[in-house]
Amino acid sequence: MLPIVIVGTGLAGYNLVKELRKTDTSSQVIMLTQDDGRQYSKPMLSTGFSKGKDDTGLAMADAAAMAEQLNMEVRTHCRVESIDTSARVVHTSLGEIAYGKLVLALGAAPVLPPIAGKEHLQVINDLQDYARFHAAVQGKQKILILGAGLVGTEYAHDLASAGYQVTLVAPDQHLLSRLMPAPAGDAIAAALQTLGVSLHLGQAVTAVAKAGKGFAATLQDGSELQADVVLSAVGLKPRTELAMAAGIECGRAIKVNRLLQTNVQDVYALGDCAEVDGLNLLYVLPLMTCARTLAKTLAGTPSQVSYGVMPVMVKTPTLANVVCPVAADMQGEWQIEQSGSDIKARFIDINGQLQGYALTGACTAEKMALNGQMPPLLA
Amino acid sequence: MANEFRKWQCIVCGWIYDEATGAPEEGIAPGTLWGDVPADWVCPDCGVGKDDFEMIEI
Ligand SMILES: Cc1cc2nc3c(=O)[nH]c(=O)nc-3n(C[C@H](O)[C@H](O)[C@H](O)COP(=O)(O)OP(=O)(O)OC[C@H]3O[C@@H](n4cnc5c(N)ncnc54)[C@H](O)[C@@H]3O)c2cc1C
Repeated sequence: MLPIVIVGTGLAGYNLVKELRKTDTSSQVIMLTQDDGRQYSKPMLSTGFSKGKDDTGLAMADAAAMAEQLNMEVRTHCRVESIDTSARVVHTSLGEIAYGKLVLALGAAPVLPPIAGKEHLQVINDLQDYARFHAAVQGKQKILILGAGLVGTEYAHDLASAGYQVTLVAPDQHLLSRLMPAPAGDAIAAALQTLGVSLHLGQAVTAVAKAGKGFAATLQDGSELQADVVLSAVGLKPRTELAMAAGIECGRAIKVNRLLQTNVQDVYALGDCAEVDGLNLLYVLPLMTCARTLAKTLAGTPSQVSYGVMPVMVKTPTLANVVCPVAADMQGEWQIEQSGSDIKARFIDINGQLQGYALTGACTAEKMALNGQMPPLLA
Repeated sequence: MANEFRKWQCIVCGWIYDEATGAPEEGIAPGTLWGDVPADWVCPDCGVGKDDFEMIEI
């Protein structure tokens, strides 16, 4: 029998094999990754500095240990260059590999803003990036962060907690604008300011240039900011190139049905690179749900994925929070109750149904109650 | 007894289980030792299983 080949050793890939091995100890599994295959938890990348961790401190196991633990083979520094779905072969930088079933767990890649000097920007999307950034900030003080989404906000909190002087610039009118309404974003902004973070919102960086030992960033209004290191966190794009070139259907991400199958037989996808029945969610909870479901299917019991309510916490320990994001095309309005930094914001649709929420401070205690009123994401 | 309660942290997302307070909103009573939390229980924040928690010292 030909092996199950899994491309990607992030949380999606490794958790899939972990789940598979609970019931199927014998199928041959080969994992391929373009990086070094160390197992780590990506969400911990944005809490590493305040815990004084370098990349080694964040790594939980190396590829060889994972291979042994899960009775499989892991080929590291092995980049998949193309997929031939009719011959059932992947072409890699280390040669050809035939598959019986192929799973794409390719993740998402950071997007850089299209500005002059973008080659000076750092990104942190995996352990290697973290190591590079960690080395770049040693002995440095001033860090400029571009982006006010989950990743930019978390790094601002983490780096400021670790003693860096952090400035955050983003065109958004308030922090976390794609996740929560203004009062909640503003409460988190105030929490960041207590750590000394300086915020420039409603302003994009238009250029970054070398200046002395560091960099100078020009803002839309013409003003300039100096920094030792510039970190970009403006967005992530699901990795679809390989699938598209192989004729696998893609939308925002690789399209799969609720069996996590693509339109090509025996090719599956999960994690940040997958769009499950139209939903491309870049979080661990949906990915774990998919890993458990796909493990069953690969072990011989075809299973359909369903999603319940999927709340997200932005890791800003200075102000606890939890959000249930509202779908982009949802019609309705926010109803907000606020007492200081304790905020309860509920998004109610035109039929009076709760469709999302954002809670901060003491109001986070209402999470479970609100979850009970939310419709499941994929019933 | 109270000083024998320990804290456990999810190594994927950082969520903390404190035996003293339990997780009443998840149906786990205060004072429930980690060993008595059901084996099929998953982290409320990221959904990883019990195997992925590790104890943190307090
Ligand atoms: C800073 C940060 C904080 C986060 N915090 C949270 C949080 O608190 N809670 C939460 O739920 N989510 C959080 N997320 C999101 C979460 O971490 C991701 O959804 C998840 O880790 C994605 O895992 P993945 O396995 O799909 O992708 P990845 O971890 O990106 O793995 C992709 C894998 O594919 C491999 N690969 C890609 N292309 C190729 C190729 N051509 N050939 C070979 N190998 C290839 C890579 O080497 C890698 O092994 C956070 C994300 C970031 C960046």
